[in-house]
Formats: sequence, C-alpha cells, structure tokens
Amino acid sequence: MKKIWWKILCIVLLLYVIVNGLMGPVPHLPILNESIRNTYFHVALWLAMTTLLFTSMIFSVRYLSSGNIRHDDVASELAKSGLFYGILGCLSGSVWASFTWGDPWPNDPKLNGAAVGILIYLAYLLLRSSFEDEQRRARIASVYNIFAFAVFVPLIYILPRLTDSLHPGSGGNSTFGSYDMNNDLRMVFYPAIIGWILFGLWLAELRVRIKRINRIREEDFLKVRKP
Amino acid sequence: MNKFKSIFFLLVSVFFISGNVIAQTAASEAVPMADKLRADGKIWVVVAVIAVVFVGIAINMLRLESKVGKIEKELKIK
Repeated sequence: MKKIWWKILCIVLLLYVIVNGLMGPVPHLPILNESIRNTYFHVALWLAMTTLLFTSMIFSVRYLSSGNIRHDDVASELAKSGLFYGILGCLSGSVWASFTWGDPWPNDPKLNGAAVGILIYLAYLLLRSSFEDEQRRARIASVYNIFAFAVFVPLIYILPRLTDSLHPGSGGNSTFGSYDMNNDLRMVFYPAIIGWILFGLWLAELRVRIKRINRIREEDFLKVRKP
Repeated sequence: MNKFKSIFFLLVSVFFISGNVIAQTAASEAVPMADKLRADGKIWVVVAVIAVVFVGIAINMLRLESKVGKIEKELKIK
C-alpha cells in the first residue's frame, strides 16, 4: 500500500479535474448555469465518500472474521476519511444550495439524510474512543460500522427517491444519468470520482501507518520496561 | 512503449479539442453562462488559484509521506 504510483495518479487526476472542470465544456442548463461544474467536486466527493465507507465496512467484516487488528485499523481510518468527505460534501452542498436556491439548508431529504449519516459516523468515532482495550474496541466498533453503513445507504439513496427532493433522481427531477450527465461531463466526472477516492485512501493510509508506528513503539516501550 | 504513449496522448487531446468545438457550435444563447469571464481570459486566474491551493496540499501530503516513510524505515516496518 505504500507504493507511490497511485498517489501521483491521484494528484494528476485531481489537477486534471481542476483545470478541465473549470475550462472544459459543460451543458448549458437553466438555474444551474456554470455551477453544474460543482458536479466534479460536490457530487464526486459524495460518491467517493460512499465508496470509502463501503470499503470501511468490508474491512470491519474482515476484522470480525479474522481478528487481525490491522483490518480494524484500516476500517476506522477509512471511516474517518469518509466522514471528512461527508462534512466537506455538506459544506460544499450548502454553499451551492445557498447560491442556487438562496437557502443554505433547503429542506431536502437527502441533506437531512446526509446530516444523520454524519452523526451516525461521529457516534462511531465516539464509540471507539470509549474503549481502552484494543480488541474489544475493534470488535464492537466493527459491528457498529456494519450497521452504520446498512442504515446510511437507505438514508442517502433510497429515502430521498421516495419523496420530493431538490436532488436529481428524486421527486420529479430527472435522474442523474439521463438528463444532465452528458459525455462532456462524464469525461471529467469519472476521473474526479477516482481522484477523490484515491485522495481519501491516501489520507486514510497515512493515518493507518502512523497508528501502526505508534503501536510498535508502544510495544517496544513495554518490552524494554519489562524486568 | 514511447510510441504507444504518444499515440495515446494524441488520442486524448483529440477528444478534448473535439469536445470544445462541439460545445461552441451547439451553444444555446438562451442560458447565460460565464462567457464574459472566459472571453476576458480571467477564468484562468480562477483555475490558477485553485490549482495552486491543490498543489500546496499535494506537496504537503508528499512531505508527510516521506516523513512517515523515514520513521517506518527506522523501525524496520515492512
């Protein structure tokens, strides 16, 4: 995981997204005008976040089946990265909404679902910090993580589609895929998703490595202190 | 390998250029876009600012990488 190639790829992709995101052609849509370009940042961030949280859940499952603390390391740090993206996504969405609709928090089920999702993952972090013993912490946190993701998906993706919503794909708006996702957008959108996922992975990986360094240092310290 | 890389690069740039041309011919006058910013060329300032910010973040991340790597080498973690 320490290889550098995907990190360089991440930087290249995100620079490409920044330049082409602002300079590239986009469909001319009413209300949105140029802000459709936020797709590459706000929307890509949410998709990257979902991927990170999904991967975190997978690693939680792997921890429960293997008992290897390394899996829990990865699961927790991926969840933190996902949470970070969630907060950024809410902030960026808020900025976009206040500009487009004049309201920083329009009462939209997806936003409320996202806010609840963020609270759920904050509770995950709180849960982790309330345990001293590593293995017990990992076990309970892993179970919680699986449930958290299982609740998160319906909150963000399913519930908003059932009611009226400002977001594409729900309550009278055309779905993302059909109407405003034309090929021009796709050219930058897909690299953006990959770029943001890689960036979140990079953040998580650095923290995982630091966590493991600290664990080794602690173990060494304890070994030295033993009579 | 180099021949394939340059062919790939040419293909990619053809896609980008064709995308721009198509957009210009299909432009709808009805929806206002930031054409003034583009005509002035000022949009490049926006791009430059964001790119600088991002490059700063990237450099910082790479520094962290090397620091963590050094500690790992010292502790002989794989």
